[in-house]
Amino acid sequence: MSRTDLGPPDYKEMLPPVIKENYGQWLYHEYLKPGVMKHVSEKGDALYTIRIGSPRLVGLDTVRELCDLADKYCDGYLRFTSRHNVELLVSNEANVDPLLAELKQKGMPVGGTGNSISNIVHTQGWIHCHTPATDASGIVKAVMDDLYDYFTHDDLLPARLRVAMACCLNMCGAVHCSDIAILGIHRTPPRIDHTKVSKVCEIPTVIASCPTAAIKPDPKNKSVKVTEEKCMYCGNCYTMCPAMEIMDPLNDGIAILVGGKVSNSRTAPGFSRLAIPFLPNNAPRWPEVTEAVRNIVETWAKDAKKGERMGEWISRIGWERFFDRTGIPFTDKHIDDYIFSIPTFRTTTNFKW
Amino acid sequence: MTERKTPMLDELEKGPWPSFVTDLKRAAEKNDSVKDLIAQLEQSYEEKKGHWKHGGIVGVRGYGAGVIGRYSDEPEKYPNIAEFHTLRINSPAGWFYDTKTLRNVCDMWEEHGSGLLNLHGTTGDIILLGTKTNELQPTFDAFSDAGFDLGGSGSGLRSPSACCGPARCEWACYDTLDVCDNLTHEYQDEMHRPMWPYKFKFKFSGCPNDCVASIARSDLSVIGTWRDTLRINQEEIKNYANSGMDIQGRVCEKCPTKALTFNSETKELFVKAEDCTRCMHCINVLPKAVRPGKEKGATLMIGGKSTILRSAFLSWVIVPFMPLEAPYTELKDLIARIWEWWDEHGKTRERIGELIYRLGMGNFLRAVDLPPVPQMVKEPRANPYIFWQADEVIKADEATK
Repeated sequence: MSRTDLGPPDYKEMLPPVIKENYGQWLYHEYLKPGVMKHVSEKGDALYTIRIGSPRLVGLDTVRELCDLADKYCDGYLRFTSRHNVELLVSNEANVDPLLAELKQKGMPVGGTGNSISNIVHTQGWIHCHTPATDASGIVKAVMDDLYDYFTHDDLLPARLRVAMACCLNMCGAVHCSDIAILGIHRTPPRIDHTKVSKVCEIPTVIASCPTAAIKPDPKNKSVKVTEEKCMYCGNCYTMCPAMEIMDPLNDGIAILVGGKVSNSRTAPGFSRLAIPFLPNNAPRWPEVTEAVRNIVETWAKDAKKGERMGEWISRIGWERFFDRTGIPFTDKHIDDYIFSIPTFRTTTNFKW
Repeated sequence: MTERKTPMLDELEKGPWPSFVTDLKRAAEKNDSVKDLIAQLEQSYEEKKGHWKHGGIVGVRGYGAGVIGRYSDEPEKYPNIAEFHTLRINSPAGWFYDTKTLRNVCDMWEEHGSGLLNLHGTTGDIILLGTKTNELQPTFDAFSDAGFDLGGSGSGLRSPSACCGPARCEWACYDTLDVCDNLTHEYQDEMHRPMWPYKFKFKFSGCPNDCVASIARSDLSVIGTWRDTLRINQEEIKNYANSGMDIQGRVCEKCPTKALTFNSETKELFVKAEDCTRCMHCINVLPKAVRPGKEKGATLMIGGKSTILRSAFLSWVIVPFMPLEAPYTELKDLIARIWEWWDEHGKTRERIGELIYRLGMGNFLRAVDLPPVPQMVKEPRANPYIFWQADEVIKADEATK
């Protein structure tokens, strides 16, 4: 019988000696080149970190290759970041350049530090989720291919760029505070299978799951009915009840939100706001999505002051100018009509043309 | 087993970014379930539609969490992924690994599952992607013997996560790894046997840069900060100035409270301590010269979550400053009070932030015994609809006495 409630492995045993010896005693760090950081401790010890991009969804061959690299150059230690990057931890400076050369030869991208795009935090999508409006890994691959130079360079963008992708409104990727959020959306109400509802769903829970009170009991059918004009297609009812199918290949697609961040640096953390309400699901490479993201990134890169995150740039120039400069049309879809809409309305005569 | 041409997925092997499709194909050479997975995914790409059935409860002995049931909706066509469940494995704090451990993960997963994994899931677990129902217990047994355990899922505590903290960052204002590890071990029951209204997440960031997005993605955000003043090394300020850094423009003018002044003649930087809000900007730009203060701890914030159901919330300040030293008794006592109130009042699938919004921050603060302080609000209310407590008003019978 296996043991239960062990908890996670002891992180202390996973740390390379240079970290154990300098734990809590780091003094400063510097970026030596894109993707290469040097941390120096109060004792004068140094740790070199090489950051590489990863598809996150990996097979054992890739993980073993990473282990081979860590054994060869890093005394057998590596870590992963909150954005799915891999960090090879080098304590011997002489190993840095040979490691970089081998990574280059293997085609593994080094970067993601300083003023660059880091890896895209993302969800499962069609590969393994039961409620997706789109795929996640495929869009991430297409967008990162397109923005590759912004990963491997740290002098092309005004500030860091954090992109996140979630394949439906459940937002397992919590994309709502990203410089650019790529979000799978549904656009049509759930289709109810009345023969299944009473068998597989708990009707009061389904009714309570609707944030707009669009779901009502339908006692005649021992089922529920949906007031379609109230539904905003969040899919929460489907999460509670498999008989409320929400996926719709004809209408599902992508929304793009911009200008959010989590860091407290300079300005407070804030939500991403809707820039593009809908783009089609054109697998396998989503050209409309990659083009839209590139347009936003390059307009920001051209227009922002040094050090200005996407949201800081937009608040300086104003949303009127954002739509103007990016050429993105402003529509009725951009005006909020959900719970906390009122504070987003303009309540001053001060605006720009 | 279905082998078919995959012209759409093949397109995703092109381009410089590492391709998950290449990883899938390599894994398929050793595992028939991945062959079916690729075929089903190609079908999803053609039809623009997912092909996983809704839910399904599976698990391992003694646990109510950590395993996510997954079934193909075309099991006759793709028999090897008729069952293709996920196990969430709780990662070591900070996602540090030695290769012996990671190779062991590979060996075990090669024996028991598809050989596909996420490093890591968005909550921070190692995601083992795809195995059959009868392999779940043997997989868990192997991982357990190797010193691993399952992570959280469902309406319980989700696997807490932490930034790299003092292991590799000079800005960590508390030991994020130790707090994360300590609390994860403390709350094994809450994680493995879900019994709450809904999920609850902890994320531990060592400083206000918040590298694990604690403020946006955790019900209780623990974000490192300091109470005293910035430490400035004037020699290094001179070095930055001499190397051409525009300290006035890039640091002082960007300071949100204009708390910094730069003397361009002496090349010295000064902070007006009482105006500094500890945003990290000057430290980020001048890492060799400016450091957080010495009186370190954390700001505790509550309610962060994404949009489902009643809009996304960023976490709200409830404790402006708490020193965090093992065994973290003050933090754990507060967590116990928060969970007790949420457990008592929360509706099904109501996150703590939504419950606070429904019942009021005042009620929450009184219930968990936290004193109101101005640091909790951006500004006071603009309406006079105040809930007065019974002991705050004069009762008629008392007035006549």
